[in-house]
Amino acid sequence: MVDLKASVEGAAPGARPARDVRGSLWHDAWLELRRRVIFWLSMVILVVACAMAAFPSLFARLGPNEHCNLRMSKKGPGGGAIFGYDLQGCDYWSQIVHGTRASVLIGVAVTVFALLIAVALGLLGGYYGGALDAIISRVTDVFFGIPFVLGATVVLVAFPGHGIWAMTIVLVLLGWTTMTRLMRGQVIAIRDTDYVQAARALGAGDLRIMLKHILPNAIAPVFVVAMLNVGNVISGEATLDYLGVGLQYPDVSWGLQLNVAQVFFAEYPHLLVFPALFLTATVLSFLMLGDVVRDALDPKLH
Amino acid sequence: MRYAVHRLLQAVPVFVATTFLIYAMVFSLPGDPILALAGDKPVPEAVLQALRDHYHLNDPLIVQYGLYMAGVFLRGDLGETFTGQPVSELLTDRWAVTAQLAATAWIFELVVGIGLGVVAGLRRGKLADTAVLAGTTFVIAVPVFVVGYTAQIVLGLNLGLFPTAGTDDGWPTSYLLPGMVLGSFGLAYVARLTRTSVVENLRADYVRTAAAKGLRRSRIIGRHTLRNSLIPVVTYLGVDIGNLMAGAVVTEGIFNLPGIGQQVFQSIQLQEGPVVVGVTTLLVMIFIVASLLVDLLYGVLDPRIRRG
Repeated sequence: MVDLKASVEGAAPGARPARDVRGSLWHDAWLELRRRVIFWLSMVILVVACAMAAFPSLFARLGPNEHCNLRMSKKGPGGGAIFGYDLQGCDYWSQIVHGTRASVLIGVAVTVFALLIAVALGLLGGYYGGALDAIISRVTDVFFGIPFVLGATVVLVAFPGHGIWAMTIVLVLLGWTTMTRLMRGQVIAIRDTDYVQAARALGAGDLRIMLKHILPNAIAPVFVVAMLNVGNVISGEATLDYLGVGLQYPDVSWGLQLNVAQVFFAEYPHLLVFPALFLTATVLSFLMLGDVVRDALDPKLH
Repeated sequence: MRYAVHRLLQAVPVFVATTFLIYAMVFSLPGDPILALAGDKPVPEAVLQALRDHYHLNDPLIVQYGLYMAGVFLRGDLGETFTGQPVSELLTDRWAVTAQLAATAWIFELVVGIGLGVVAGLRRGKLADTAVLAGTTFVIAVPVFVVGYTAQIVLGLNLGLFPTAGTDDGWPTSYLLPGMVLGSFGLAYVARLTRTSVVENLRADYVRTAAAKGLRRSRIIGRHTLRNSLIPVVTYLGVDIGNLMAGAVVTEGIFNLPGIGQQVFQSIQLQEGPVVVGVTTLLVMIFIVASLLVDLLYGVLDPRIRRG
């Protein structure tokens, strides 16, 4: 951490955001990333996943829950259906493509909101310290202590009939604490550095110091955790769907498909394998992306 | 000592706020449990009132919460269900199952996770390191219920290496496979954390000093590097005890283990508030006590924390 900070200071002196400067941390990271196969591999998978989420009709022959034929129920791959059919006799490939949107949208939205909360609270608590910091830290502890699956289940059962956005709110509520703690730690490590004091001596206000000097230099590790977090959120959302308390039919999602598959997987493994494959590939891509970005941002490894 | 007291004082409000939040959430679950008790038969108003008074349902939420916590701490009483059965009685056997499951998973994480992490860290960039990194990323990416079903089919059913469900074979046999599944995520995390920590510590100045003084490599690694590398791992392992017990719900469902996870999950859907609150309160307590112990241990392991 200390080395990282030192290099940020050296690379980006003064008020300019670090990413504009040639030879800055972000610029170096990009040069490093360009050469990594894993980076491009996960980017390709994620671009495909995002395209499926945004324009499912480009990939799927049929709409969600469309042209289902109960006589084809649970039939394995073959004929016109490369992934076979699901329990309702819908084309499994189309269903899985349409399931992408829920996972990707919730994963990204939850992370963006959690990141915003983390940046705001981390900056305020870390920068001002004192009573404000104590309150923010204790509130963070409270939410950190709530067990994820049980807490989410209680809330989701209390408010039935929830869609993607309600799921997002619940997952944000239980998922903003880790990044907030990290952000606060980063801010505390940076707020007393020479360049922050120099900015203050030059008459910069608190808001300007926080946004222009501390934020660009504190965000890198939080950003990495956010990328890893997208994968974890997608996995967590699928777990809630799988338990039957998350999204409900007629919504289409990978977690719901796995929920149905749990009863029949012994005889009809394709029901489990295909959604699990898509889910794992997406989560894995976010995790690998986070990993390579972390390596690229860590000057110690260069 | 001042550090310990300070941490303890911080933990108390966190405990109160967390449990109150859970209490409020659980009792905002839809439906009236007293009416549900009677099924579709009409109930005289006087009986309803008497039952509501008996369960303190007419008092403000904060009073109900206070009475409940007083019961928990003064009499060890977790309340009773709306059918009159004491919650603690309902849970006694189930706690044992979940505790055994979580303990198996935890030992698995500790031994295999740290082992893999140390090997990978010492051989950074070699084949073993790459294999551990790739394997752990994969394990983290696959949701735990997919791991569970796959393990159950392949290792349990097809290869017949482990019992597939239930607790008939007792500990440890029945708990090996579920424990490995439950611990797989944490194991991957511990291995990666250990690896990073070992890699960082191997480059520290004190290691160079030790090498310059002519110490043997085995001694440098054993006495200096490992000891310092394990500090962050200890933190994670401590916090993970609570996570394992709370996360057991999925694993217990797959392997049909009659633990608290299954019980709570059913109780949430049946709106059995007292059971949910009882279990969650205990889980939060375990979580907070474990974090507290870890923090204190951390202070012992790393003097900078204690004095800072």
